[in-house]
Amino acid sequence: MTDAAVSSRGRQWKRPPFITSPLLRWSLITGGVLYLALAFGTTEVNWTRVWEGLPRGKQFLLAFAPPDFTSRWDAIVDGVLESLWMTAVSTVIGILMSVPIALGAARNIASPPVYYFCRTVIAVSRSFQEVILAIFFVKLFGFGPFAGVVTLSVATIGFFAKLLAEDIEDMDPRQAEAVRATGGGWFQWLNYGIQPQVMPRFIGLSMYRLDINFRESAIVGIVGGGGIGATLNTAFDRYEFDSAAAILIVIIAIVMCVEYSSGYVRRWVQ
Amino acid sequence: MATATRNGERVWRRRERGKQLAIWAGWFFGTLVFLGCFKLISDKTIWFFVTDAGHQAADLGARMVPPNWSYMHQLWRPLWDTINIATLGTVIAIVIAFPIAFLAARNTTPSVKFVRPVALLIIVSSRSINALIWALLLVAIVGPGVFAGILAIGLRSIGFCAKLLYEAIEEIDESQVEAVAATGAAGGQVLTYGIMPQIMPAFAGITVFRWDINIRESTVVGLVGAGGIGLELNTKIMELGWSSVTIILLSIIATVVVSEWVSAKVRHAII
Repeated sequence: MTDAAVSSRGRQWKRPPFITSPLLRWSLITGGVLYLALAFGTTEVNWTRVWEGLPRGKQFLLAFAPPDFTSRWDAIVDGVLESLWMTAVSTVIGILMSVPIALGAARNIASPPVYYFCRTVIAVSRSFQEVILAIFFVKLFGFGPFAGVVTLSVATIGFFAKLLAEDIEDMDPRQAEAVRATGGGWFQWLNYGIQPQVMPRFIGLSMYRLDINFRESAIVGIVGGGGIGATLNTAFDRYEFDSAAAILIVIIAIVMCVEYSSGYVRRWVQ
Repeated sequence: MATATRNGERVWRRRERGKQLAIWAGWFFGTLVFLGCFKLISDKTIWFFVTDAGHQAADLGARMVPPNWSYMHQLWRPLWDTINIATLGTVIAIVIAFPIAFLAARNTTPSVKFVRPVALLIIVSSRSINALIWALLLVAIVGPGVFAGILAIGLRSIGFCAKLLYEAIEEIDESQVEAVAATGAAGGQVLTYGIMPQIMPAFAGITVFRWDINIRESTVVGLVGAGGIGLELNTKIMELGWSSVTIILLSIIATVVVSEWVSAKVRHAII
């Protein structure tokens, strides 16, 4: 009973507030209200356009019953397969590139210059959303799945290296030291002292990233990076909502499968 | 202990032979899949453009520096819009995700057989469709602009917030709920006094975490016309104004780094 208020009926219990300091609480509330007022005040919404668009929204919802799988079936299969290849290749390449950077970004095993360099690489890779990276890689490597693969691989670094580095920082130093004490070289130290400790997390993260890369492979296509996104973009551009609905259903189904199997592998590893 | 015999001497091995062989087979199979996929992608790639990439990158680099600093004063408005898209989107998502999470959590759902699967389906569909795809769809429906961006970010975040929230609800301490129920509290009172205080820290943490992710996502919804800095980026790329693109990218990095710092501070204060 942290807070009690005196009312006409004597002392009565009052629920303790979530934020204890009243000054902080009230300044947060006023700040929030002020911000919301400002944000709503400066957001321009063209309500007539929204109103006109509603029938189109209804049309889209109706397109799900039934979705049109047949008329663009070949393009859908092509796009999905391309997305799956991209996912597999980019996850492997991304992880291969992430491992050295993760080692460099772990404070307990890297020297400060290497540490800061690797952390910068991670921060830059994380700052840019996949699509922004994709625009540049499409410009550099031309249209097609290769640009998508490079994009997803680079984006994998920011995610994978960061989380792996955190896991390496959390490891038990005594095991690594024990390997070192037997006279093991640097690679032996890595392979027998550190790698077994981070392996469960490593596999878990790989599976998780595989899952994310598939989702993202669906959008790099919007800017020309290959995969199912290109097909989807075309469908929206032509207002073929029934084909778009079919593609979305395929994406959701595959994401669910990948998520379920990756969750299974992660539970099995841990 | 796994050992092998070498020159009549027992030598330590990390794994038994069978397990080692299985691991090698796994690697072999994995490499095959990787090479196969790579081959398929390589067939669809025009390698001339790829080998030309170094030249292209040098050209692009030369165009991007020095940055066009005077362009910065035109960027404050799109940046403000971007932050609004992320924040208001997060607010919408939280408001909708909250009831869905209670419907999806095994211990609070009114019906495990009927309501829970529906709630889970909403969560999965919202999570599987990227914000950019939502934006693409919403621009077609409500027209280009910030509003489509806010809705896109909101719809995308519902699944994420609801999923983490319902996991938090399922992990609560039931004895506290029971204690509140034992005083004769009604359903709503059990919710506000028994469950809510337990999930509030998780709730605040999830909100801030998602807000941080949304800042990053809101930088791109503009690419398909849904407002914010992405719209500016798209325009400048179309105009080939690369020195202005540099400024946009720098301001995106700055915004993301600041939002990440804020989110880390807040989450640290909560937990």
